[in-house]
Amino acid sequence: MQLLGGLFITIVIAIFLGLGATWYTTVRGVSFGGVTSGAWTAWPKSGTQDIEPYARAAMARSGELPLGSGDGVAFRASGDDSGRPFDGRCVVTLAGTTPLARYWTLTLYDRDGNLVPNAVGRHGFTSLEIVRASDGTFAITVSPQARPGNWLPSGGIDRYQLVLRLYDTAVGVATRAGRETPMPSVRTEGCP
Amino acid sequence: MIRWLGWVFAGIVLGGIVHLSTVLILPLTATRNGYSRLEPFAPVNTMTLLPQPTPASAVLPFLDPAFATAVCRYDLTVAPLKVVVTASQAYTSLSFYTPRGIAFYAINDRAAVRRTIELDLMTSEQRAQIQEDEEVTAADRLIVESPTPGGLLVVRGFAPEPGDMPVVRGVLSQAQCRPQPLQ
Repeated sequence: MQLLGGLFITIVIAIFLGLGATWYTTVRGVSFGGVTSGAWTAWPKSGTQDIEPYARAAMARSGELPLGSGDGVAFRASGDDSGRPFDGRCVVTLAGTTPLARYWTLTLYDRDGNLVPNAVGRHGFTSLEIVRASDGTFAITVSPQARPGNWLPSGGIDRYQLVLRLYDTAVGVATRAGRETPMPSVRTEGCP
Repeated sequence: MIRWLGWVFAGIVLGGIVHLSTVLILPLTATRNGYSRLEPFAPVNTMTLLPQPTPASAVLPFLDPAFATAVCRYDLTVAPLKVVVTASQAYTSLSFYTPRGIAFYAINDRAAVRRTIELDLMTSEQRAQIQEDEEVTAADRLIVESPTPGGLLVVRGFAPEPGDMPVVRGVLSQAQCRPQPLQ
């Protein structure tokens, strides 16, 4: 009887722990071997055959096709520099510059990778659309209400993520975080 | 008490094994990965221009809305594939994926000759046949080896501003992928 009870406990723990951990890592995107710079993280290996198993499982689930390493690299942020998750009702500012690339694009998605509806139909910026300061840096405001300058509408949704994609860039598998990857700072300025 | 702790410990160890094996097995069983999502839209060995992603509908998640995307779901079992893509004004790239969604090769328009990217996609066996017959000409051709007989080619064309999109889509709609038997 005690043997049965023990086996039962073991199997229940194994199933909950094992499947729970798998669900958590694939849905929340836990992944190793990333290049992190401030709020931004990229997984250059995901664009190669050496993609690690967690990233592979997450992409099989979401249906995303990763950027190939000969094409570009995608940096993601789902919160600001202090780790606070993005809230579509808040005003978030991005400021600074990007690593060297022929082109870059910044896109706002909801958690599942869909574009977010908004009145002006803007879902991101490209490196050629952005208005820059004289020293080449730029500032982007993500907020529900219109703002002067580079305004990216958040659509007022609860949680969103930003993806900054560098195309035709030297940033890749061999890149270490630091001077090679100057990413824009991300600050939450205020919430209603 | 010690006995129960032993059972709990065994459960944790077994849970770790369950977790690792499901993470490894998941990609093999996923029926909604990038490749299978495209199956209803893209016929085999034909280039298909995808509709631009909108908040209401997107064929794939995380598509870059500043890009036009054309896909070719290929099958090399009968013959290698000839791919001809005219590069758009700003930036064009070709990425190759296995049916499991792994990117095994990608090039951009730096590989273009007179704004045209031309390449032969084939399996290792087909490549081996070529090298016996025509070693000299093979050196001048861009040959991409596919690790799997089937797969996915994704052509992306960049529209730096929304006004450029119709032109980029027009250029991409001319992209071709077609079977070309070995001579």
